[in-house]
Amino acid sequence: MASEKIIKNLLKASSVIILLIFAGMAYSMIRGAIPAFKEFGLFGFIFSTDWNPTEGKESYGALPFIAGTVITSLLALIICFPLAFSTSLFIAEYFRKTKIATILSTLVDLLAGVPSIVYGLWGFYTIRPLIAELGYSGQGYGIFTSGLILAIMIIPYATSISNEIISMVPNELKEAAYSLGATRMEVIFSVILPNARSGLVAGYILALGRALGETMAVTMLIGNANIIPTGLFSPGNTMASVIANQFGEADGLKLSSLIAIGLLLFAVTAIVNSIGKIIIRKYA
Amino acid sequence: MSDKILQISNPVLSISNLSIAYGKDKYAVKDVTADVKRNAITAIMGPSGCGKSTLLRAINRMHELYPNIHTQGEIKLNGESIYGISTTKLRRKIGMVFQRPNPFPTMSIYENVIAGYNLNGSKLKKSEKDEIVESSLTDVGLLDEVKDSLNKKGNFLSGGQQQRLCVARALAFKPDVILMDEPTSALDPLSTAKIEDLLVELKEHYTIILVTHNMSQAARISDNAMFMYLGELVEYDKTKVMFTNPKDSRTEGYLTGKFG
Amino acid sequence: MEREAIIGEKDHSNWRELKNRLFFGTVVVLAGITISPILLIVYKLLAKGLKQINFDFFLKVAPDTLQAMTAVRNGEIIPGGIANGITGTILMVVVASLIAIPVSIVIGIFLYENQGKKYANLIRSLTDILQGVPSVVLGLIAYIWIVQGVTKGFSALAGSVALAIMMLPLIIRSTEETMKMIPISIKEAGAALGVPYHKIILKVMIPSGFSGLMTGILLSISRVLGETAPLMLTTLGSTTINFNITKPTSAVPLQIWEFYNNPNMIDLVWSSSLFLMGFVLTLNIIAKRISMKYS
Ligand SMILES: Nc1ncnc2c1ncn2[C@@H]1O[C@H](COP(=O)(O)OP(=O)(O)OP(=O)(O)O)[C@@H](O)[C@H]1O
Ligand SMILES: [Mg+2]
Repeated sequence: MASEKIIKNLLKASSVIILLIFAGMAYSMIRGAIPAFKEFGLFGFIFSTDWNPTEGKESYGALPFIAGTVITSLLALIICFPLAFSTSLFIAEYFRKTKIATILSTLVDLLAGVPSIVYGLWGFYTIRPLIAELGYSGQGYGIFTSGLILAIMIIPYATSISNEIISMVPNELKEAAYSLGATRMEVIFSVILPNARSGLVAGYILALGRALGETMAVTMLIGNANIIPTGLFSPGNTMASVIANQFGEADGLKLSSLIAIGLLLFAVTAIVNSIGKIIIRKYA
Repeated sequence: MSDKILQISNPVLSISNLSIAYGKDKYAVKDVTADVKRNAITAIMGPSGCGKSTLLRAINRMHELYPNIHTQGEIKLNGESIYGISTTKLRRKIGMVFQRPNPFPTMSIYENVIAGYNLNGSKLKKSEKDEIVESSLTDVGLLDEVKDSLNKKGNFLSGGQQQRLCVARALAFKPDVILMDEPTSALDPLSTAKIEDLLVELKEHYTIILVTHNMSQAARISDNAMFMYLGELVEYDKTKVMFTNPKDSRTEGYLTGKFG
Repeated sequence: MEREAIIGEKDHSNWRELKNRLFFGTVVVLAGITISPILLIVYKLLAKGLKQINFDFFLKVAPDTLQAMTAVRNGEIIPGGIANGITGTILMVVVASLIAIPVSIVIGIFLYENQGKKYANLIRSLTDILQGVPSVVLGLIAYIWIVQGVTKGFSALAGSVALAIMMLPLIIRSTEETMKMIPISIKEAGAALGVPYHKIILKVMIPSGFSGLMTGILLSISRVLGETAPLMLTTLGSTTINFNITKPTSAVPLQIWEFYNNPNMIDLVWSSSLFLMGFVLTLNIIAKRISMKYS
């Protein structure tokens, strides 16, 4: 039928929009970043720790922000894991299909609905003062505070996949282990974990992808210092947060540098997310 | 006591007045009393849903894994209540083989046989492990077939071989009793025959309780047989006697294929 | 019999039971810790934000610093509200939806119709990657494309484009998943009657998947409602109500950011956050309800 052909072509044509968006994104960002790369060199830019906007002596480098991003995100992942994994065990194993599990998983879902800026506020007014009490960082800003809030923010992403994966572990394998005298904990570590491993890994990789790009909450809590973090309670900046808080007054070389950082962030998150998706598609 | 229930001296297991309900009053097993003969195969038969699996799983307390389960009555293993020890200990003495072969897919054949010890965190010497694996696999007649691939995952094995691997896994603890819930229903006739031969060999050292839907299987290999109906133990007798001369009309109906 | 001895010695049954219980306790405690932030956040927003919520809050624009300062000094509640933010958010979300929804549904149907084909798989993977692109990066893109390229200045349109790109992958994938759930027989029944292909899509597929599509759309809107970073880079903000998409515009999350940065307006931070979160969560719940009701 002719109409069928037309529609099919129309559908296909619409899908080209996705290609165009990607091509356009890559083109615009690369073009925007070129002045910075030209001035400092690709590697010079990536590995420089300078961030000096003084006119005439302008010099920008991405290393502090790359470091800040990696450290806060990994810290978030480390804090997130025991919390998210326990929550998944609670929902998908210990209290599977009970009312309390439904309530818990609804509450965890709600975490995903909290806007980033609200996390930032709560972190600023509730968590930061507590961290300041510890006495390691004057006002409580820094890597640890940001990592902690990031951990909470990525919990729903980590749990939603782990819940599914854990509940997919065949019952007959668990029963086999129980019949050999295993305790529930032994079943979890020797049967559920090994069988769910790749799915769990994928879940945490996708959660990592989230953490890498989170902006507002981090901007409000990390202390916005353009340095490589010197410790757990040191202030810093991430790629996302430096874009957010330096963008307002940016033009010329500085704007180009921020776009270059955006380009790097785009590439890193795309790679991390693709790895996660590939693992899921392969094993889960 | 009813003459429809076989009396056994020096039983390995004795079940008395066992009732099990899922939820408040949905009884799946009703007031079952029976003793199980040592070094013999006891078959449990009956139509679907009559409570065979529930009864079997009560013996190693696997039924407690389900929520809202209510159990009354007593089961004694060698004269001691199975409720007097932890389930972890009990299940080392009473092994289980399931309907579908379920070797652990993340473990090698060797690790599967020794899985009970590894799961329980027992630290055995390499030589002890080797001995256990070798003797268990020999017992199920699998050693020659897999001895060159002990460190491979077991997923290339046939269904029948996988099921024998699962039997070996249960044998590794040298249990007193092995519970089997329709262990051949997922297997082809050839593999079924091999398992049946294996069971007959194993009863020299072990007591086997076998749930089966396959009447000719029960007739071929079991020494004693129970017939359950709607949760009740209707009749329990020597297999030969039950098949030739059932005392209860419901047993007769089932054996002659009137229902089931 | 010899092996019996080995088992007996190395069983550690009691220790294992204890460990088992301790582990369970740990799991319960950690799960409790996991859900505590959401409860604490909601509590904090209610405790601090409720008192500012009144009619003016929805009907008036944000006060200037002097008004706020005076009110705070006199111990009164801060006058004014977030009307400029609410209208701006609605404007941008509506424009973003107009851009994103039709395109995404069509692409979603394309993916559904071309299961397993290489080109469709590429599009699907790119869609997945797009979903993972940080919103701040999309803000940069919209800045380059629209602020620099089209409106020559910060504008609501730029914000809408950033939000629309965020919505695309969510609606595309939910459309595809919804279509997959529709029994193939429904489609075939139409085809057997000789109904033209586009009519099957418009009159059969989309109506039968309506609740699924709706859920996807509402969830994607609730995702972008709270976005702040991309708007900071594109629409800047405005102290007045604005419906011109080529002009800078306020939005609720932008206002939260402004209040946060202004020590005199701290009370408004909480009430506007409470409003924003209430809005987002309500949409979420409606979306989940719809999907539960019809599935
Ligand atoms: N987990 C459970 N929860 C609730 N009811 C159950 C559960 N397992 C079994 N039942 C019910 O208990 C009764 C006995 O079930 P059981 O599995 O013991 O029967 P069975 O004789 O093994 O049947 P089959 O031959 O089909 O395996 C059935 O009515 C069944 O519906
Ligand atoms: Mg059964």
